[in-house]
Amino acid sequence: MLTFIIRRLLWTVLVMFVITVVVFILFFKTPGVDPARALAGRSPNPQTLAEIRAQLGLGRPFPIEYGIMMKKIFITRDLVSYSNQGVRVVQEVFAATPATLSLVFGAAVLWVVMAIGVGIAAALLRGTIFDPLIMVVALVGVSAPVFWVGQIVNMVSQGTLHSTFLFSWVPPLGYTPFTQSPALWFKGLVLPWITLSILYIGFYGRVLRANLLEVQNEDYVRTARAKGISERRVLLRHTLRTSMITFVSLFGLDFAALVAGGALLTEVVFGIHGVGYLTWQGLENLDLPTIMATTIYGAFFIVLVNAIVDIGYAWLDPRIRPT
Amino acid sequence: MATLLEQVQVDTELRPAVAGRNPWAFAARRLWRNRIAMAALLLFVVIVVMCLAAPLYANHVAHVNPFVPNLNGHTVVNGKVVPVMQQGGGILKLGETPIGPTWDPSHYFLGADSTGRDVAALLLYGGRSSLLIGIGSAVICSLLATVIALIAGFFGGVTDSIASRIMDVIWAFPVFLLAICIGTELLTHSSGFQLGPLHVDPTSLWLPTLIIAFIYIPYVYRPMRGQVLSVVNKEFVEAATAQGSGNLRLIFSEILPNVVSTVIVLMPLMIATTILTESALSFLGVGVQPPNVSWGTLIQDGTDLVYTRPWVTIAPGLMILLTVLSLNVLGDGVRDALDPRAKLRVEG
Repeated sequence: MLTFIIRRLLWTVLVMFVITVVVFILFFKTPGVDPARALAGRSPNPQTLAEIRAQLGLGRPFPIEYGIMMKKIFITRDLVSYSNQGVRVVQEVFAATPATLSLVFGAAVLWVVMAIGVGIAAALLRGTIFDPLIMVVALVGVSAPVFWVGQIVNMVSQGTLHSTFLFSWVPPLGYTPFTQSPALWFKGLVLPWITLSILYIGFYGRVLRANLLEVQNEDYVRTARAKGISERRVLLRHTLRTSMITFVSLFGLDFAALVAGGALLTEVVFGIHGVGYLTWQGLENLDLPTIMATTIYGAFFIVLVNAIVDIGYAWLDPRIRPT
Repeated sequence: MATLLEQVQVDTELRPAVAGRNPWAFAARRLWRNRIAMAALLLFVVIVVMCLAAPLYANHVAHVNPFVPNLNGHTVVNGKVVPVMQQGGGILKLGETPIGPTWDPSHYFLGADSTGRDVAALLLYGGRSSLLIGIGSAVICSLLATVIALIAGFFGGVTDSIASRIMDVIWAFPVFLLAICIGTELLTHSSGFQLGPLHVDPTSLWLPTLIIAFIYIPYVYRPMRGQVLSVVNKEFVEAATAQGSGNLRLIFSEILPNVVSTVIVLMPLMIATTILTESALSFLGVGVQPPNVSWGTLIQDGTDLVYTRPWVTIAPGLMILLTVLSLNVLGDGVRDALDPRAKLRVEG
């Protein structure tokens, strides 16, 4: 077990290193693009360009350039955004994290509860008209682009039906920190939570249902039925546990991906200033330092959570350790 | 009946050996019998045909050029000539608002967008881009992933290790962020990008196609490699080797036919995923670049008009929804047709 953990963590460090190298090459070594000009944002003057070149040691050998950039991102954390008046990007990323975490945590709670409900309902109602009906609704949830659903939700809640009792409580688009006003924090996040979870409820509902039904043919289920246990109890106490393994591992990966910036689309549509929104702003302004910082920190988070999920998985199921 | 031998003789006379039927034919027939999947396929084909007919619609039915702003144009609504951009429209009755849907196929069927262009024609042209990129990148991705999986699985050892590690690293990247990064670098530097003698125009549709194909290769590679590994040690491969088959023949005549069903099952799902990814990237501005349009760019264009002329936003999203939905249902049907055991298990 210990060797597995050590090997897995070493692999994680290696992947992180490769990610930083790849991002660096992507932004600094694309053929035909001058990195100083690209970093400086729009219409730079020669003074800024020279300053950038000096600060980042551009023009020096590759490993030194790489080393300086990595030092700026991780150690001294003073990587500065040139197109955004010298704002320190790493600090910005950290400041934007609470918004993203609020969004993703809330959505995650919602979708786990609903997906389990949907999966169980579909499995229980198998054979009736409700099973395919639920699955079709789940499929529609998976098929709709999340940013479009967000736009429609905005359109209805902020525009068309804003004055009715249904949506008059919806605050203007944006994020209020919990410490500032819990009520507003909650009200401003309800619709984004629902929008973000629709996609995942559909997906996880289908996965859970497929798993539940697949497990029905296992021998231990047959034993349980032979013992006279009711169908509902068999479903909830025996098959659900096994099915949750896949569910949980998929959940861990999706959650990590969302926090790392995958919630970008929802954040942009609802005006929530999280990590994803920061990335998008960086895109709009071609602010390379911001994009680099968010990508690297995001990728690190995902790789770390992947490693934790793998280790947890190996701990739970000894059969898969030797990999 | 008399002795056992006589019984056997009678049986073989009365029931001659049945000629083996092609398993693909069986699968095709199962798929054909699946009404819902066939309906989904029909819907998908209808959407594709509609979008391919975009120039026909724009030139002959609506008589517009959807790529040219038409701020001062006029059109006919209910027999009256009205300007395309109307003063004081919408909820607030301020400023200029483009006309809304007229539901008349030859005059601004879905209304106009903020530069006076015909939304319906744009929708069809956008569909062309989205579908081209979606289908193209899914096909390229599957091809590349299959080839790499075949090579890695067949040769095993170091080749397999290297290939799998590279795939793991690519996959460790948050897929969407990787696409955004590459897209930003390649697409938004307006001078295009130079790779030795090859100059790629930044508005070409190849760039989003290749980017999206690249980021999903590990996703297809994993199940393909698993399939290849499960086939490579089977007896018939050993038999073919014993008969003197070279490696190339082994890979393409023995292993490939047995793993291709995985790709076929994955394909509709991949196309659905790539269409969704392309629309998201275009929405953010790092996918399809102007003057080309795609469903994603149309949704972005409609953002300003979402409270006054909602159809500019609703229509492209609805098209994406219907296309991806039909592909998902079709994918389920194909999977059931090619693996009837799975279907039987689910029926319980």
